[in-house]
Amino acid sequence: MPEADSPEALLETHALTKSFGGLVATGGVSLLVMPREIHAVIGPNGAGKTTLVAELAGELRPDSGSIRFAGRDISRLRAAQRAALGIARSFQITSVFGEFSALDNVALAVQAHAGHSFRFWRAARADPRLREPARAALAEVGLADRADIAASVLSHGEKRALEIAMVLATAPRLVLLDEPMAGMGPEDAAAMVELLASLKGRLAIVLIEHDMDAVFALADRITVLVYGRVIATGTPAAIRQDPEVRRAYLGESAA
Amino acid sequence: MPEERRAGRAIVAVFCLAALAAVPAIAAAADAPFYVELFARVMIFAIAALSLDFILGYGGMVSFGHSAFLGIGCYAVGILSFHGIFDGYVHVAAAMVASAAAALVIGYVSLRTRGVHFIMITLAFGQMVYFLAESLNQYGGDDGLNIRRPSDFGAALDLADPVHLYYLIFAVLLLCLWAGGRVVRSRFGMVLQGARSNERRMAALGFPVFRYKLAAFVLAGTVCGVAGALFANLTLFASPAIMHWTRSGEIMVMVILGGIGTLFGPVLGAAAYLLLESGLSRATEHWQAVLGPLLLLVVLFSKTGLFGMMAAAVTARRGARG
Repeated sequence: MPEADSPEALLETHALTKSFGGLVATGGVSLLVMPREIHAVIGPNGAGKTTLVAELAGELRPDSGSIRFAGRDISRLRAAQRAALGIARSFQITSVFGEFSALDNVALAVQAHAGHSFRFWRAARADPRLREPARAALAEVGLADRADIAASVLSHGEKRALEIAMVLATAPRLVLLDEPMAGMGPEDAAAMVELLASLKGRLAIVLIEHDMDAVFALADRITVLVYGRVIATGTPAAIRQDPEVRRAYLGESAA
Repeated sequence: MPEERRAGRAIVAVFCLAALAAVPAIAAAADAPFYVELFARVMIFAIAALSLDFILGYGGMVSFGHSAFLGIGCYAVGILSFHGIFDGYVHVAAAMVASAAAALVIGYVSLRTRGVHFIMITLAFGQMVYFLAESLNQYGGDDGLNIRRPSDFGAALDLADPVHLYYLIFAVLLLCLWAGGRVVRSRFGMVLQGARSNERRMAALGFPVFRYKLAAFVLAGTVCGVAGALFANLTLFASPAIMHWTRSGEIMVMVILGGIGTLFGPVLGAAAYLLLESGLSRATEHWQAVLGPLLLLVVLFSKTGLFGMMAAAVTARRGARG
């Protein structure tokens, strides 16, 4: 059984399968993510990467297969319950609360992990237990001086950084990042790589990314998905050498 | 929100509330007691509309059955009085419990849907409650139920006196504005606004959004039930007409006209709507033909409704002077 195979894994999926009509989005994906590793998932468009993230986050229920997190079967837990256990995610399409300030956004993330929110009376914006950790997370991603700006008017790169701050503020054990560099210019992308590198060793990250330079610079291990199936998993060096990966994927993108 | 705009809003709100406080004195001086009743009605609908604004403006829940709670609160008073129970505290408690219970059931089912479906299902629930009231033959059916005397709150507060009733309604309105203002700024209020803005993100952050939205829905229904109990005392009559779906539409118009997501805006919206109705309906029976274009203008030219427009005007004047 899976747990006997890998007692130390933080996240472990077993044969996750999800089809939409005739389209197999994930066809039996088994994945091991170790504590504090950056585990990149790469693959051509339509390989099922975003479906995989949605299954891990609890937004999509797989047709079959199981997910274990920190030794516990979480296959049947909903998104909010998984988040409460320490799985945080960012979205491929920037997903922040536009009307709220940057600080409000992060404070809301802090609040999500500060007990229940059936607190009706004290002003949330005056609560240092929410604001101080939020300010710290904003500072960490370099947005300290943008704290009071409405999230909707931040630049694209700043919004992506804000998402990372929201993720960090929940003190997660596992972070699912769905193309954090999507749509970024080279400067913002470089800043994001630096930011993610600074997280290395602090928490486990499942990184979906098309930018191969970023992936090979950051990842401890890489899993390659093609048409919903894992064709290889290994260190960046091993993946670079893998003939099947080269044929199916890297060869094309390198050409 | 910029400091000047907040100040502008505060000035408008304080001025309007002071004017409401002065209505009985002015009406007495002008020998026009009719206005006490009219503005009591305005304030009751202001309470109903601000409770809708709480879930609509802050929570993004477009509930089209809100008048059901108004009716339930009204019937709670009517039915208890019918059975000879006149204790005001019992009336209010019954109105709150009954409307909260109804909101719990309606919300529990409706909040599983989104968008147009949510609108339709709350509308359907509203109509169900309407027809339920119509079928209560023991309590007057579609003719409605006369209430023999108002809720009894002891000697200090005589609701048969229009001025006492007026100030009770005024006090409830102030309480709702103050408490509502605190709740929307609390942790709970932040969750509610986050759910309006991006529900999926809220779930990913770890918020079990459904239960917070349900709690807000029940809170709003309960407050609207209290407005219904006050309405029963104002009209001494409970009738299914109060929860017809068009009534829910009127309450929603008040929210939008006054300024959605502001709590105080609905007070202005209720005042504007009911005063126009009262004034124009004497001039023409097609008064809604005037109201329609007016609503259109306000919605087109100000996202923040009458409240936002008035606050902006005050801010501009202050800026010009300073």
